[in-house]
Amino acid sequence: MTKILMKGNEALGEAAVRAGCVHFFGYPITPQTEIPEYLVKRLAQVGGTFVQAESEIAAIHMVMGASGVGVRCMTSSSSPGISLMAEGMSYIAACELPCVVVNMMRAGPGLGGILPAQSDYHQATRGHGHGDYQVIVLAPSSVQEAVDLMGLAFELAERWRNPVMVCADGMIGQMMEPVEFADGDGRGPPMPPNDWALGVREGRRRRIVNSLYLSPEELLAHNRKLKAKYDAIAATERRSELDAGAGGYDVLVVAFGTMARICRTAVDELRAEGLRPALFRPISLKPFPYPELRRALDAIDGDGPVLAVEMSMGQMVDDVRLAAEGTRRVLFHGTAGGVVPSPDDVAAEIRAALGAAVA
Amino acid sequence: MRGTDVLFAGFGGQGMLLAGKLLAHAAMAEGLEVSWLPSYGPEMRGGTANVTVCLASEPIGSPLLTRHAALVAMNLPSLEKFAPRVRPGGVIVLDTTLIERDPERPDCTVVRVDARRLAREAGVERAQNLVMLGAYAGATHAVPLAAVETAIHGEFSGEKARFAPANVAAFRAGVAVGADAVAAAAGRDA
Repeated sequence: MTKILMKGNEALGEAAVRAGCVHFFGYPITPQTEIPEYLVKRLAQVGGTFVQAESEIAAIHMVMGASGVGVRCMTSSSSPGISLMAEGMSYIAACELPCVVVNMMRAGPGLGGILPAQSDYHQATRGHGHGDYQVIVLAPSSVQEAVDLMGLAFELAERWRNPVMVCADGMIGQMMEPVEFADGDGRGPPMPPNDWALGVREGRRRRIVNSLYLSPEELLAHNRKLKAKYDAIAATERRSELDAGAGGYDVLVVAFGTMARICRTAVDELRAEGLRPALFRPISLKPFPYPELRRALDAIDGDGPVLAVEMSMGQMVDDVRLAAEGTRRVLFHGTAGGVVPSPDDVAAEIRAALGAAVA
Repeated sequence: MRGTDVLFAGFGGQGMLLAGKLLAHAAMAEGLEVSWLPSYGPEMRGGTANVTVCLASEPIGSPLLTRHAALVAMNLPSLEKFAPRVRPGGVIVLDTTLIERDPERPDCTVVRVDARRLAREAGVERAQNLVMLGAYAGATHAVPLAAVETAIHGEFSGEKARFAPANVAAFRAGVAVGADAVAAAAGRDA
């Protein structure tokens, strides 16, 4: 394996093809347009199909159609475009179809701006459209991790027959870093045989992809089936990382995506001064790693606080509070609008949190 | 070496992003961790364009920095905005083609480069960014000079291969200026 210097967006496109994705439907929007731009050329090389849809609403429903006939497919967009896809996400989840959706988050609300943000956390983890459904949400913090999680996303989508969202901020998309791809012929495996995809019947039992249940009892049973699936996902698909440092910690910083890397630099600088912060990074935002975070919270020395840092006005901090269940003081630092907190800003917040812990 | 970083800043079209990319390629070829983070705001359209390149022997934390080990500035707005953010003892490489004032950072090594003249003498006036990259590399030796030259040949390959020699010459002209400035600064300190 050799390292290649690639932009995050292009690396995501390559990773999708190597995961066996053969159909892409999308509509351009900054800061993710390099994904479709890359896939226009790349999908042609593997006999795949690229469609620039007339809108994001059309794109997500094309994904639904392709997935319904058992084609490995995806779409990508950025925040306002994801909002337009909300209806389709609900339908795809209801029909239990696998697909991957990339959200290269930009600053909102509304049309907002094109600079990086993490302010779609609530949207990603609490559902986009209506109804009791969930999607799996993965948050990379480097270009290499974006590549790795893209492969995982297709795997999980098919394992659970559920949409998987790769949720990154615009910095991941625009940044170049060295990446390695697993050896192979540059194309992924075909979709394995299944018992749900539509197609020519050839004597088998009729298959139906549907989300309309007019019988309340049948719809309740469907909801219970989905809930059991989401519970199983929550039990088995949590992913996170804890850097506890050596010899205990007095404050726990929680951050995901690029923000976690900015916090990493701040934590390293403070450790060099003899302070004792630790860093917890959720990798799966849904399912959120509540048990892992709770264990990390319980291990803070004394009554030290937890500090959530986000490129938003405070969204993931709600999950930190849920994990803490009132056992820790939960502090928050965040910015919005595409203004990214610097390592110095974060270091000052950690210092203040430690000062408050001592006082 | 644990790590270093440099901010390349100028007008859109001056080739700052490419200069950063060549440095990133050279560092990667040397086995270093590297990140290349461009500004991608609306400011790119006719305004300033900049890129932060981090190089390290360990995984890189924040790819976004507010203090820099070095600055390569090709216009006055970039110098004024970013010179105060260079760490004490850092390196400031400025292009005298468009920048006539002093950065007022006596605590830094300042490398003044007549990029347009040197690029013209090297045979390709557009290679002013390569002169600036050379001055940075010659002053800091953040990566081996040969690795950057390999990256230049990688960028100017195939149909563009005929541009490679002049771009390498421009890079080398910059290296000499960077090395001289550091030697002169060392002489003053001695």
